[in-house]
Amino acid sequence: MKKSSIKSSLINLVVLIIVFGILIVLCEFDILSNYIRGILMVCCISIIMACSQNITVGYLGQIALGGAGFMGIGAYTAAIITKAMASANILVGEGVPDTLRFLIAILAGGILAAIFGVLVGIPALRLRGDYLAIITLGFGEIIRVVIQNLKFLGGKGFSEGSAGQALVGINRISNLYVVFWVMVICVALMYTFIRSKYGRAIIAIRNDDIAASASGLNITFYKVLAFTVSSFFAGVAGGIFAHYIGSLSAGSFGWLKSTEYVIMVVFGGMGSLTGSVIAAIVLTALPEALREFSDYRMLAYSVALIIVMIYRPTGLLGTYEVSVTRLINKILGKKEPSLHAIKAEVEASGTKEEEVVK
Amino acid sequence: MSDQLVTFVLQILNGLKIGSVYALVALGYTMVYGIIKLINFAHGDFIMVGSYALLYTMPIMVSMGMPAWMAVVIAIAICALVGITVEKVAYKPVRKKGNNMSALITAIAMSLFLENLAQTIFGAAPKPVGTIFSFPDMVFGEVKINGNTILTIIIGVSVMIALQFFVKNTKLGKSMRAVSEDGQAAVLMGINKNRTITMTFAIGSGLAAVASLMYCASYPQATPTIGAMLGLKAFVAAVLGGIGIIPGAMLGGIVIGLVESLSKAYIGDLTGGVITSAFSDAIVFGILIIVLLVKPSGILGKNVGEKV
Repeated sequence: MKKSSIKSSLINLVVLIIVFGILIVLCEFDILSNYIRGILMVCCISIIMACSQNITVGYLGQIALGGAGFMGIGAYTAAIITKAMASANILVGEGVPDTLRFLIAILAGGILAAIFGVLVGIPALRLRGDYLAIITLGFGEIIRVVIQNLKFLGGKGFSEGSAGQALVGINRISNLYVVFWVMVICVALMYTFIRSKYGRAIIAIRNDDIAASASGLNITFYKVLAFTVSSFFAGVAGGIFAHYIGSLSAGSFGWLKSTEYVIMVVFGGMGSLTGSVIAAIVLTALPEALREFSDYRMLAYSVALIIVMIYRPTGLLGTYEVSVTRLINKILGKKEPSLHAIKAEVEASGTKEEEVVK
Repeated sequence: MSDQLVTFVLQILNGLKIGSVYALVALGYTMVYGIIKLINFAHGDFIMVGSYALLYTMPIMVSMGMPAWMAVVIAIAICALVGITVEKVAYKPVRKKGNNMSALITAIAMSLFLENLAQTIFGAAPKPVGTIFSFPDMVFGEVKINGNTILTIIIGVSVMIALQFFVKNTKLGKSMRAVSEDGQAAVLMGINKNRTITMTFAIGSGLAAVASLMYCASYPQATPTIGAMLGLKAFVAAVLGGIGIIPGAMLGGIVIGLVESLSKAYIGDLTGGVITSAFSDAIVFGILIIVLLVKPSGILGKNVGEKV
């Protein structure tokens, strides 16, 4: 690792710890109401979802409208696993933290979503552009309909379940502190993935797939890889969602939900993870702040989206990543490093949740 | 005739009825796609616009002593106007500046906009649409056929024939085909491309209004999201027949309608109750996926090589 990249990673870590410290203080001294904490939790979920969708929409450059379907798979898997653990008395009781079950469940949710991501991705990614959008939409809807009609995924679950009902009685064991770090790790992983050899290959495919394939990249492999990674994190987000909300209905994982996350990606900038983070926070918190106008939320979003598309087709931030290191350098009045150094820094600067503070 | 056969015939007729609705909507998708290579996600919502237009103009028509179905003329005009506005305000500027992806996102945004606008204006609750036409039931021996079903099929088929005539024989229709074949060459031949695109949107949206008349005759309700699923299924139909190809959309629509109706009736028995009629939406999307994987250009489409 280069010296500058170690430095900027450390800076980012410090900023994250400060943010977390503020969060702990606010929560422990009861400054934040339960309502605000709930919004923060939803923010974390939205951040993971928006970043995961950015991998396909922004970096791979293909509109996929099935994100909510994978989120649904993750949510139901995680919920079923904690339910099964609770009924079989595994990892339950004194001395065993709920968080352990929670982490196992969301990991499992992510893995199952990733498996489905491979299964859906291999056939779907033969297509591109409009067709890909439609086929992922189709898969997402199929996932939704199938979940809705599986008997053990409705009502109380398992043998007591009934098709077509919401799955209820999920342990609400998601803890804001844990979710915060899960979110940080997820975004960090996605960031390093995009900066890795694989990520660069994916970006190359977005820029020109024919040239990329002529340069010896296995297009199908990288496309499926990007789709799978994106599905995995969507599944993790779903797992958190299940344990936060406590009951699941398949109807809430339709294609409209997918478009909501795609909207976040587009606002933030297609190809900017920090952009997705900011957009996810703003678009989750803003409607809550303006509750009396909540009826007009989607109306305003759609108009804003059209305007963004007309005047800035790549989204507000485009592919620009916000970097704290650069900000600090600027404040300290250091001379702007050469373009090469900036690139190295950006590549290594790790996670970007610092933006939460602003 | 045995009971089973009667049920089968009725299911086929049902399939043709809903299939002709799908076909009219699919025509709108296909014409727009053919000419500007854009999946107009908002097209399904033009049906919604049409059904609200019917809902509010029908009482006026009746009070003026005209038959209720005459309201469709106004509905067609309103839908065409909405279609043209959508294209002028949103799609045209994006098409000039952005790429395919931003155009697609704009179309999705437009769809969300129309749905939410309708929800704000008319409320989310479904509103009942009055009786549009009631045609006497027809009786053939033991088979009793709903008159509206027959009428819907007849309207659908005649609109399709008229459209086919229009596209093949009129000047505007020919220019539409020319622009969709090769836009730049068409401009060189003196065709006004922008006017042709506008007219395509107007006609496509007008067809959606006719489709909403046919749909509301069987399911007399107007909701802000009436067009969402209907539009998606019609889109599947357009892809199935080969998007951009007008006869393909008709064929696709009828096939999807038949599949949906027959699968609703028989899939439970065929699979021993594993897959029930509740899966019918999944089956339609399953067809889409199979088509896209086996022959993405659709039943009537030709495979075109890719230009580097």
